[in-house]
Amino acid sequence: MEMTGREIWTVIHGMVFGFIFLLGFSGALYAVYALRPEWLSAEGMNRTINLTKAFVWGLAIAAWGAVISGTFIVYPWYRAAPPEGTADLSAYPRSLLLADPGTAEWHRFGMEWKEHVAFLAPMAATVVAFIVSYYGPTLAKKVGERRAVMIFFIVSFAAAAAAGMFGAFITKAAPVR
Amino acid sequence: MVKIISETISDKPNGPVAAALLGGGIGAAVFGLITLFSELSESFGQALNWYNPVGPLSGKSILGIAAYFIAWAVLHSVWKGKEVNNFNSISTIALVLLAVGLLGTFPPVWHLFISE
Repeated sequence: MEMTGREIWTVIHGMVFGFIFLLGFSGALYAVYALRPEWLSAEGMNRTINLTKAFVWGLAIAAWGAVISGTFIVYPWYRAAPPEGTADLSAYPRSLLLADPGTAEWHRFGMEWKEHVAFLAPMAATVVAFIVSYYGPTLAKKVGERRAVMIFFIVSFAAAAAAGMFGAFITKAAPVR
Repeated sequence: MVKIISETISDKPNGPVAAALLGGGIGAAVFGLITLFSELSESFGQALNWYNPVGPLSGKSILGIAAYFIAWAVLHSVWKGKEVNNFNSISTIALVLLAVGLLGTFPPVWHLFISE
C-alpha cells in the first residue's frame, strides 16, 4: 500500500479540496436558503450566520485549492509529452488516452471540459462567501439577493461536480502515477 | 423571550453585493470567451502558453482570474457604501455573464464555431 508523490497530489487535489467542496455544498446551500426571518429567532440567526460565514469561506478556499493544485501541479503530469519512440504510455495519461480511439473522448471532451469549467467554481463560490459575510443577518431580509447568491452557489457546485466527475472517470482510464 | 429577527437586523447598502455579483459574472464570461477564442485561433491559444508545463491553460486561467478580481475591485470602489437601485437588472446581467462563462468552457460549443 504505497502512493507516489504524484498520486498524493492527485488525492489532495480531488479527494481533499474537491471532496470538501462537493460534500459541503448541500449543507451550505441549505444554510443560505434557511436564512429567513420567519424561520429563525435573533439568537438562532446570529449563531447560524457565524457558522454559515465560516462554512462558505471554507468551501471557497477548498475550491481555489482544487483548481490551483489541479492546474499547476497535477495537470503538467497529465499533459506531459512522452519522448519520441516511447512505447509504454502509462506515465503519460493524455497521450495514453489519445492513442486509443476508444478512450480519446475522455481527453477531447472530458478533460477539455473539466480543466476549464472548474475555474467557474471558485469564482462563484467566492462571490457567495463575500455576500454572506457582508450582509450577515441582513441577507435574511433580502429576497432577490439571496436568490442570486443561491444561483451562483448552484452554478459553482455544478461546475465543480462536472470537473470532479470527469476527474474520477479520467483517473480510472488513465491515472497520473 | 425570543426576539423576532426582522426587528433586530440592520440594513446595509447593496452596492458591494451588486459589485460582487457583476464582478463574478464578468470574470466567468471573460474566462469563457478567452477559452472559446483560444480554441478558434491556434495562434491566440499559443500566445496564452505562459508556462510550458501547463500550456495555454496557464494564460487562460491567469487572465480569467485577473479579470475577475480587477472587475470586482473596480465595481466595488464605485458602488461601495451606495444603494444600487437597479439591483435586479444587475443581478440578471451577472447571471447571463455566468452562463456565457459556462457555455464558453463547454467543448460542444467550440465545435459549433470550428469548421472541420
